Amino acid sequence: MAILIIAEHDNNILKAATLNAITAASQMGDELHLLVAGLDCNLVAQQASKIAGIKKVLIADSEAYQYQLAENMSKLVTDLASNYCHIVSPATTTGKNFMPRVAALLDVAQISDIVKVVSENTFSRPIYAGNAIATVESLDAIKVITVRGTAFDAAKQSDLSAPIEIITAVHDAQISEFVSEEVAVSERPELTAAKVIISGGRGMGNGENFTLLESVADKLGAAVGASRAAVDAGFVPNDMQVGQTGKIVAPDLYIAVGISGAIQHLAGMKDSKIIVAINKDEDAPIFQVADYGLVADLFEVLPQLTDKL
Amino acid sequence: MKILVTVKRVIDYNVKARVNADNTDVDLANTKMALNPFCEIAVEEAIRLKESGTATEVVVVSIGPKACQEQIRTSLALGADRGIHIETDSMPESLNVAKLLAKVVNAEQPGLIIMGKQAIDSDNNQTGQMLAALLDIPQGTFASKVELIGDKVHVTREVDGGLQTVALNIPAIVTTDLRLNEPRYASLPNIMKAKRKPLVVQTPADLGIELKTHSKLLKVEAPAERQAGIKVNSIEELIEKLKNEAKVI
Repeated sequence: MAILIIAEHDNNILKAATLNAITAASQMGDELHLLVAGLDCNLVAQQASKIAGIKKVLIADSEAYQYQLAENMSKLVTDLASNYCHIVSPATTTGKNFMPRVAALLDVAQISDIVKVVSENTFSRPIYAGNAIATVESLDAIKVITVRGTAFDAAKQSDLSAPIEIITAVHDAQISEFVSEEVAVSERPELTAAKVIISGGRGMGNGENFTLLESVADKLGAAVGASRAAVDAGFVPNDMQVGQTGKIVAPDLYIAVGISGAIQHLAGMKDSKIIVAINKDEDAPIFQVADYGLVADLFEVLPQLTDKL
Repeated sequence: MKILVTVKRVIDYNVKARVNADNTDVDLANTKMALNPFCEIAVEEAIRLKESGTATEVVVVSIGPKACQEQIRTSLALGADRGIHIETDSMPESLNVAKLLAKVVNAEQPGLIIMGKQAIDSDNNQTGQMLAALLDIPQGTFASKVELIGDKVHVTREVDGGLQTVALNIPAIVTTDLRLNEPRYASLPNIMKAKRKPLVVQTPADLGIELKTHSKLLKVEAPAERQAGIKVNSIEELIEKLKNEAKVI
């Protein structure tokens, strides 16, 4: 049977997290179909059709799906589900929102945030803030799975184009509606997709001091992140938060500045290839996971770092 | 309006979980347990809605072994009015939890159900969404703000790109994010008072639910250990190492 992957997008651009989910799905089977549900999302379907491994793109274009509200998305996906053995989505906030709803409507369990495909019905996933890895066998006929993007490579582009099929059925539950959104604007790379991330913690002192990190980020083409302490203190907005309750990242280089390294933060970044810690407290737990540590006052060394890069 | 809040007993968030010797699960013997932090925020939000006159009664429900009653008592001490404990031998899977809760919701008919967005042990982030699906009611997940406007509940949600606000018909389910509120501490007199608040114990059989097994836990392992690296003495040395040794810049 085929595998249905649900695309994450903003009606114009296919989000990178989808590509990682496709790679995970390709380890479960060969017949990969991708669902693009949105409004005026033809461009997304075109992009999706050119991804290696995708055999068919399904497009559901309706106002009901413009904001991918869970109430409507779950009904659409459930309606398509009988043709599939696996339903897969990236473990982004959108996927986390509607996928458990799909699972419940199908009366099956969901396996959240997988980091490894062991076989077509067995998967590994972190539990207890990443302090343990559980290997779970699904006993359900349809497996509903969300994928941790940083654990899988992105699927490649292909020269071929998969056919695009139009889904005409519209599922509008009419029990919820979109009111407004506040999108954080940034010219830097997206946190979860960045190759280099520089993050600040409570040690930054205030929000203005984050410009010190931004100067370094500009030199490195890096994204800027933050610990929960920095977000809770109001230094920066919450969508910059790296951790168990924020974003999970695994860049080539992660630079933690003024971050002590609490369990909740480590859960979000400890799979980074190289970790650098800059902290004036030499006993900070972050040094236990850092490949390179520098015990120093961040206010002295960050400007130096910017100059020398 | 009545509010139903769900709470889960989990390992204390400050404790580092350790995998047991035979790799079958995490070792919880003699581990400090507590109210799941996201559930604590759910209880606080319900109590605030009661204090502002929006809610009339706050009912708290927990599912699991007998020891869960400690977390129900904690919630009662924080200000909830009465408790329901659904006693099970172990912690059921999320879908089974949602099915049990659906029965409680049908019996209690709350206007709003407030739950944590995820438990810090299983890290599933599923139960609220599943319960909403079973009841066919709307959901406001990862809430950082909850407001009753007219006959709808407006929920500001924390999403990857920033914030999103949705309006939901009532009854609705809200799952809490960390920034929704700052939970209060229970005072000693309130802890004493909580001992006399009503707490009903039920079993899945009482609710007519048979717990189904959807998955099998094959093994639990410690993650690959990361070793501490080296300390450098200057920014120059750091840049040199990143360029020539790690080759990441």
